[in-house]
Amino acid sequence: MRKLLLYLVPLILFTNISYALIEIDITEGNREPLPLAISEFFHDNNPEIINKKITENIRTVISDDLERSGLFSSIDNKAFIQNNRAMHLKPRFADWRLIKAQGLLTGELAIEEDRLKVEFRLWDTFAEKEIEGLVLITTIDNWRRISHMIADKIYERLTGEEGYFDTRIVYVAEEGPKNKRIKKLAIMDQDGANHKFLTSGKELVLTPRFNPVRQEITYLSYFKNLPRVYLLNIQTGIQEVVGDFPGMTFAPRFSPDGGKIIMSLAREGNSDLYVMDLTTRVVERLTDSPAIDTSPSYSPDGKRITFNSDRGGSQQIYVMDSNGRNQKRISKQGGNYATPVWSPRGDLIAFTKFYQGQYFIGVMRTDGSGERLLTENWYQEAPSWSSNGRVLIFYRETKANDAGDGHSSSIWSIDLTGFNERKIITPVDASDPSWSKLIQ
Amino acid sequence: MVSTFQNYTRYLVIVLFALFLAACETVPKDTATSTTSSSTTAVEIMDGVYVGSDTVEMLAVDVPDRIFFAYDSYTLTKAAQNTLEKQAKWLKANGSATIAIEGHADERGTREYNLALGDRRANAAKDYLMTKGISSSRVTTISFGKERPVNSGSNKKAWAQNRRSVTVRTN
Repeated sequence: MRKLLLYLVPLILFTNISYALIEIDITEGNREPLPLAISEFFHDNNPEIINKKITENIRTVISDDLERSGLFSSIDNKAFIQNNRAMHLKPRFADWRLIKAQGLLTGELAIEEDRLKVEFRLWDTFAEKEIEGLVLITTIDNWRRISHMIADKIYERLTGEEGYFDTRIVYVAEEGPKNKRIKKLAIMDQDGANHKFLTSGKELVLTPRFNPVRQEITYLSYFKNLPRVYLLNIQTGIQEVVGDFPGMTFAPRFSPDGGKIIMSLAREGNSDLYVMDLTTRVVERLTDSPAIDTSPSYSPDGKRITFNSDRGGSQQIYVMDSNGRNQKRISKQGGNYATPVWSPRGDLIAFTKFYQGQYFIGVMRTDGSGERLLTENWYQEAPSWSSNGRVLIFYRETKANDAGDGHSSSIWSIDLTGFNERKIITPVDASDPSWSKLIQ
Repeated sequence: MVSTFQNYTRYLVIVLFALFLAACETVPKDTATSTTSSSTTAVEIMDGVYVGSDTVEMLAVDVPDRIFFAYDSYTLTKAAQNTLEKQAKWLKANGSATIAIEGHADERGTREYNLALGDRRANAAKDYLMTKGISSSRVTTISFGKERPVNSGSNKKAWAQNRRSVTVRTN
């Protein structure tokens, strides 16, 4: 049963429409998607808009974003009864209710001084009200980003939480046989568009992570056969090694302010956690155990760090203060745990769990309680959160046969509720995904 | 007909005996094909450590280039110590030779943890060579984690062959 919360708020003195009408409770899993009618935006037969199919493209991007979230369905526009410009001013709500649309998106496009002007309105067809409206102006080729921003606005208006569609994913693109795998850094929009390789494949590269505030990536490169943590500026393409360490540095992540990199340093068979300030270049050692300490992740307030250690005999998840004090194991449910990642909302830690021959992606509270396993498979690991903390992406591998064939690797997404598992399409095999914050 | 039947029973007896020897494996569904693999497995993997020679290359005559480890372990087995002793002797006899020890893991573990595990394995081998009098200045280590399997399969034998450290001459 659909449990849509529909409030009919009396319209008395409010001119500013900021209260909830249609609303989706996204903490509930596997609910029926909310049907939306997403219309093609009107324009004055502008030849450039027609040539570049901008109306159709915008509709497709918005529909696809919202549908992939699992929370919305986009009604086939062949079912639309009203399709005229007047609907952007005042839709015939009864027509839209007839085709079961609970929300309606209308819009207008214009090109003014070589810039694309996009105006949209979101209507609640039951309350018969405009509930969101905005004008966005951008360069013409930027229609795709505008579409993601509109999808984010709709998501935010209907769920009460920030959207995550105007984001990107950096990952490792993989090609070739398993024993001679070629790996490149690649970046794409969250929906797979604008795909671009960032490295040539000459060097082995692994585990890229976005800087939460700058157009920057940190990753591991085997340049000159010296595995070290590197920084890559996405805009300039400039790469630099991070620090001057006497051994392999790996498993890098940025601090929430983007100013530090936390990583593991392996020395004489022992891996500990270190943090380096990118401005002062000062390095601080955070853990000092004879065990493997790796896969660190900061809490969003920067005050705590979760990491993976086998100091107790098996791989488990630990939490400590950001200065290395108060190290405490939190995973307790049996099995091995790895790659803890703190949720951007602060309340949960996502992880990889290995238990009885199967790999799981799950979440637990930051004290280790409330463990929930979201997905089980032969091999999968390395969750990364959407900017709003509602969705996780990770990578999954298929088993090779005895001849070594049949192996593949791909990125998947799953909702925090454990529903809506989807494969993210990439041009070649994919692993080690990292999801950006909303693009600024 | 009779002789075929006799051959068949004799074959079956052999198969059953082989299965009995390979008691550590689960009972296979397809007797004919799994017999070979499980009996081979029983010989080639002991206590989770590969003891066969399929992937092993030679640094010199009777100096194997690699040692093998149990799952999630960097403990040197007796066989590994024997191999490293041969490597140490060879290094002493070839005083100018320098080497890199590559540490590797199988695919059943997270990427980052396996990088650390490969580093442990390479250093376990290096430490042993040092106790045999080899100067640390002649030995570098590098971990490839699970990135460079020697056997691309996803089975126990492949994983056992991939859990290794390999000594490579660098000059």
